[in-house]
Amino acid sequence: MAEKKEVDSLTGTETTGHEWDDIKELNTPLPRWWLYVFYATILFSVVWVILYPAWPIGLGDYTKGVIGYSARADLMRDLEAQRAERAVWRDRFEAETVTEIARDPELLQFAMGGGRVIFADNCAPCHGSGGAGAPAFPILVDDDWLWGGTLEQIHHTVVYGVRNDHPEARMSEMPAYGTDGILDREEIAAVADHVLHLAGRSEDNERGREIFAEQCAACHGDDGKGMDELGAPDLTNDIWLFGGTRSAIIAQIRQPRHGVMPYWFERLGDAELKQVTIYVHALGGGQ
Amino acid sequence: MTTETRLTASRPMPPPSPLPSSTAPADPGTAATPAPPPEKIKFFADREKIYPRNIHGTWRQVKWGVLGLLLALYYIGPWIRWDRGPGAPDQALLIDMPGRRAYFFAIEIWPQEVYYLTGLLIIAAIGLFLVTAWFGRVWCGFTCPQTVWTDLFLWVERKIEGDRNARLRLDKAPLSLNKATRKTGKHVAWLVIALATGGAWIMYFNDAPTVVREFFTGQASTAVYGFTALFTATTYLLAGWAREQVCIYMCPWPRFQSAMFDEHSLIVTYEDWRGEPRGAARKGQSFEGRGDCVDCGLCWQVCPTGVDIRKGQQMACIGCALCVDACNSVMDRFGRPRNLITYDSIANQNARTEGNPTWLRLIRPRTLIYIAVLAIAATVMAYSLVTRDRVDVAVQPDRSPLFVQLSDGSIRNAYTFKILNMERQAKNYTLTTAGVAGAMLTVVGYQPEPAAGAALPAPPDAVATFRVLVTAPRESVPHRTNDLWFVLTDQATGEVVEHRTVFASQGK
Repeated sequence: MAEKKEVDSLTGTETTGHEWDDIKELNTPLPRWWLYVFYATILFSVVWVILYPAWPIGLGDYTKGVIGYSARADLMRDLEAQRAERAVWRDRFEAETVTEIARDPELLQFAMGGGRVIFADNCAPCHGSGGAGAPAFPILVDDDWLWGGTLEQIHHTVVYGVRNDHPEARMSEMPAYGTDGILDREEIAAVADHVLHLAGRSEDNERGREIFAEQCAACHGDDGKGMDELGAPDLTNDIWLFGGTRSAIIAQIRQPRHGVMPYWFERLGDAELKQVTIYVHALGGGQ
Repeated sequence: MTTETRLTASRPMPPPSPLPSSTAPADPGTAATPAPPPEKIKFFADREKIYPRNIHGTWRQVKWGVLGLLLALYYIGPWIRWDRGPGAPDQALLIDMPGRRAYFFAIEIWPQEVYYLTGLLIIAAIGLFLVTAWFGRVWCGFTCPQTVWTDLFLWVERKIEGDRNARLRLDKAPLSLNKATRKTGKHVAWLVIALATGGAWIMYFNDAPTVVREFFTGQASTAVYGFTALFTATTYLLAGWAREQVCIYMCPWPRFQSAMFDEHSLIVTYEDWRGEPRGAARKGQSFEGRGDCVDCGLCWQVCPTGVDIRKGQQMACIGCALCVDACNSVMDRFGRPRNLITYDSIANQNARTEGNPTWLRLIRPRTLIYIAVLAIAATVMAYSLVTRDRVDVAVQPDRSPLFVQLSDGSIRNAYTFKILNMERQAKNYTLTTAGVAGAMLTVVGYQPEPAAGAALPAPPDAVATFRVLVTAPRESVPHRTNDLWFVLTDQATGEVVEHRTVFASQGK
């Protein structure tokens, strides 16, 4: 390293004195404006640390800053303001029944918007986006309802759920005719054929009709139209929750599967429950 | 220029040393020859500050006139009122961003009609091409906002700091109370003008009287203050500091507008056949055997971009014709014919050189094409604007599920159906369908029972959204996608809007 400053003859710039393979490094200083901006950022950060929350001190504590700013408090204030802004709507939703709300075009419009978001966040994972349903999860856009498709019936199902531990929940259980030994294989096959006959897909058969009247009609009705109060599905149409093939029907008679739905009144507020009810009702199947 | 000279003047690279640096700390050959004084390489030419001189004359008068007219239009624009009836803004020129509407006198534009803005820009561009082909850079020289505001700022500068020579002296002089006062005064005046400029811009996006009142009482929104500050800053910087550099370095238009020029386009040019050889002249001296140019330099001293037009056509020349005024004033003094620097076409210049007659040729293939394109664009725009629908329909079929089978086997599709009522009165419609036999529709909240038609109300100046469910027997919709038409009939006038969409089904 040279003692005195070496100046590159070509550019007239000082070198740093470093040299590798005959290549010397020029000592080009940072532009002044850049340097001053850099100093300004340092100054800024000092001021920031004094004014705002900055350093963690141990677990769960931190320097608060002299102006006492808190992003969480800001958020809380915003949420509070939002709640106050929406209170006028919430109050109206809480004061009226779902049927009354659905009759008011303004509230209906609001419920449809809110319900769409609530449905997407909470219901769509099982019932599919737009209520399209999935195997073993009921379609909500068609006109076939297990527990009834009026606004009040849908509201009750949404609030208390199906086959959970809440006393108000929709509750029913079809016996396992095969695994519990109530019917043998031939009897199950015969009754399955009768079910297919009810749906218009098979010949009538005497044995199946007798077993059906004895075992099934109590819930599904003599004509197989089902019963809303018991969640017994209509067997006469072409909509099958657990599959409509002969083998799927036999499997369901032998050892039935039962859908479970959680209650939502703890997760969602009164106004939200009503909104999602109206949304589901308006998807197309509402009665 | 200076950059190039310096680059070639600098010493060539020394030959690379054959020895590794560890054994040879310095090459003895180079050490022996005395190195020339080190010189900094400059990669960019320094800006030479321009001190445009004041001038009087015809073109200066035209420039003042245009400047006054344009500034008046700009500042008065937002204050013009236009009654649109109750509930609608009464500002003639307004772009209402939060309300998603643009108003231009009797015309109201919705966001989905923004292509009218495209049409307007096309017309403006072709118009600019045509005017450039005819008259050269009149846009740059007279009407461009950069030119107008720079001219205004220069006028302020002249009023406070004096004309060219006084400003040159003032800049060279050491700091004094006088200098500080004048400089500060100039910048304050500039900032006030800039604030008025930025403020007026905001008025086109807000109700002008309201926003002015709110602005000065501190009640205006952050956006209003922010954008005012932004446009104030850009006006101040571009018109006060950047000036001709905007035209030379920033603006793309000068770079490609030569494509619109031909030899019949008017340009500001110097008649070198008459002016050369130039030389200083005294009053009363004969002009025999020499050119008319007395080399007084007034032409480049008045130039707002620092161009010497005698060097020929240059990109930096904005065609403002102030040098024409300057030269004419000098020619008058020496009793020589005017227009040594002239606003003329190349073709005319060539004709003049040879003593042939000259004329302004406005009808040329180029201009005819521009006129034709302009006429087509304007006609299409005007026609579509006059005949545009004030009611529009937007239909979005549900994508999940595409269709649903009902318990009786029929197929149902759901649609989000929007009526865009752009008129300022409420309407009542009847919605029916066509194309699918036996289709029945229900509308959530409006038509609970399936029917062939449904009554739908559309509030004024708004989008009404409905959820429409269409149910069709399976045999009417045999394909995976079937054509379905929505037919919307105005109950009062019988006017019909039809909209085609698809009806999804299982297919075969």
